[in-house]
Amino acid sequence: MMAMKKMQEQEPSEIELLLPWHAAGTLNARDARRVEDALARDPELARQFAVIQDEYAATIGLNESLGAPSARAMQKLLDAIDREPARAAPASLRFGAHISTFLASLSPRTLAWSAGLGALALMVEAGVIGAVLMRQPASFQTASLSMNAPSPAQAAPRALVRFAPEARVTDITALLDSYHASIIDGAKGGLFQLQFGDRAMTKDEMTALINRLQQEKIVTLAVAAP
Amino acid sequence: MSVTQAASDDVLIGRIAQGDRLAMQVLYGRHHVKVFRFGLRLVRDEQIAEDLISEVFLDVWRQAGKFEGRSAVSTWLLAITRFKALSVLRRRKDGELDDEAANAIEDTSDNPEIATQKKDTSETLRRCLNGLSQEHREIVDLVYYHEKSVEEVAEIVGIPENTVKTRLFYARKKLAELLKAAGLERGWP
Repeated sequence: MMAMKKMQEQEPSEIELLLPWHAAGTLNARDARRVEDALARDPELARQFAVIQDEYAATIGLNESLGAPSARAMQKLLDAIDREPARAAPASLRFGAHISTFLASLSPRTLAWSAGLGALALMVEAGVIGAVLMRQPASFQTASLSMNAPSPAQAAPRALVRFAPEARVTDITALLDSYHASIIDGAKGGLFQLQFGDRAMTKDEMTALINRLQQEKIVTLAVAAP
Repeated sequence: MSVTQAASDDVLIGRIAQGDRLAMQVLYGRHHVKVFRFGLRLVRDEQIAEDLISEVFLDVWRQAGKFEGRSAVSTWLLAITRFKALSVLRRRKDGELDDEAANAIEDTSDNPEIATQKKDTSETLRRCLNGLSQEHREIVDLVYYHEKSVEEVAEIVGIPENTVKTRLFYARKKLAELLKAAGLERGWP
């Protein structure tokens, strides 16, 4: 009987089990409300929650102190991808190939009939569209031109860059100058979006640029921005 | 992780499935640090952890077409990392593993005076977190650092949701024992 009582005392309640997720803010609204209510009612539970918050902070601190992998890991990945067999064509292209195979299997006579019927269908469709347009009242519209949208030909290359934690502002400024680059967004997840010059680059030029950036001492990661 | 990022991760996976290297680099840039840290906490060797992340993202490159989007991409990445880390650990000799676990615990429990002298609660906490078993370390990290829900942890670790909750509870109890042995009483349990 005593043993049973002891076991029940040791058995954690459902709310108690949810406390770590409440500390991390990953409970759904309903459970979060249940935990909040229980914390307001039960000082013992509130004390345990304070302990959990310390554990939570220490775990984040511990993980953040682990640093980041070197650029070698990414290079190894890219080399491995290069060695992978070429990808199969996407489904849309495969569908196109099936159509070609199907057409190739038809006899010339069948193809001629099919083409004739297709041409006839197009002429009928064109006639219907023409008739509908002739009945429209005369009007015109201008095409809109957005001055903000950059022309693809003028799109300057961009890259996502993570700087080494020890990089000083003067180092970063010098790097930006030497690459004729400017920071246009950041730092989301520690990544800055840089823009290089004001003219588009070929794929090879872009690859060379990224490779050069990756060699920089103060850069821990550089990838072309999508 | 925001809903927007989760959605764009899905888009990146779609592009990777089509062989888009750039999308791969962006996904890597977004997640490699957390994947590395999760792997490092499991294998406890920086070199191996670095090799691990290359393998994880290579798997993503190969398997992207099979990703169904039923879970967040980050959850998928952590599940692959865990699987690969455990494979590495299995390849190590059992004796080596036991020694490593013993050393980790020894660091905390055999030096209570030093820990008490320092009076640095957070430092002691960190050392005791390192002293937890691999099973307990991973669940603590997934919930507190990677901010995974009960359901997501269940998916990554491959155990029922109720087991996730009780495993974290007992991980915390073990942590309290280690802290007590290190001279730090926190009033729980």
